[in-house]
Amino acid sequence: MTIETIATYAAAASLLIGAFFIIVGVIGLLKFNEPMTRLHAPTKVGTIGIGMLLIASMLVSFGQGEGSVHELLIVAFLFTTAPVSANFFAKVIIHRGNCGPLPTPPGDQAWSTLAKPKKD
Amino acid sequence: MLMRAYRWLLPHPYLTAILAIVWIMLQNKATAGMAVFGLILGIIIPRLTSIWWPDTPKFRILRMVPYTLLVVWDIVVANIQVAWIVLTVPNSKLKPAWIVVPLDLKYPEAISTLAGTITLTPGTVTADVSDQGNCLLVHVLHTHDPDAVRDDIKTRYESRLLRIFS
Repeated sequence: MTIETIATYAAAASLLIGAFFIIVGVIGLLKFNEPMTRLHAPTKVGTIGIGMLLIASMLVSFGQGEGSVHELLIVAFLFTTAPVSANFFAKVIIHRGNCGPLPTPPGDQAWSTLAKPKKD
Repeated sequence: MLMRAYRWLLPHPYLTAILAIVWIMLQNKATAGMAVFGLILGIIIPRLTSIWWPDTPKFRILRMVPYTLLVVWDIVVANIQVAWIVLTVPNSKLKPAWIVVPLDLKYPEAISTLAGTITLTPGTVTADVSDQGNCLLVHVLHTHDPDAVRDDIKTRYESRLLRIFS
């Protein structure tokens, strides 16, 4: 077994794991019937699904002796931007009002999505 | 005088370092020229954007390392749990819940880090923050005990973030 063979098998395994989690995310997106629960499916695809595909890409490139670190950057950028897009989806759902009753924040406050700016 | 020049040139030293490292990683090979160019970018960009980012919170970067490892581990574990929920729990038995997480964190940067962590771990999504910044609105996919989820977030992530941003 050369390093290249081991890297190929490891890459194949992580491709399979990543593909499994992506398909579970897609099933979740189709199966759930409320907007907020549907929002949970893409977060899973975005973290471990894409993460395992990128690990496979790194394993192949290191197995061939030409290391690549771009994948680490992709993971870093993805992990910093994915919560922002999920947050915007949630804001849209709250604005459209199809999210069930929201709990009231403690104290005399409002959620910032629904807060009215003070007139002065 | 020297200190003021340092603050003027490097308003966010960690941002400078991160930008330089990202630039070198984008080239995929570490050469001296690329390191110098990355450092130039890392000085110019924080300088030009510092008016939109006036405060520099205290930040212990070494404590960020165990926190990152913990979050990656939690992402893996939570992914398996959520995959199990997606594949086995029917819609009628699903118990989604809204929870309110009161915040002890004060810096906006720390609150965004906590909100991002909550969203990245599958099963919980941060939906909103209260207008005074005192609590987060979190949606949980499936739970029988919403208070336990809230306490878990507070003890597992927020207490660590309080020590990082202190």
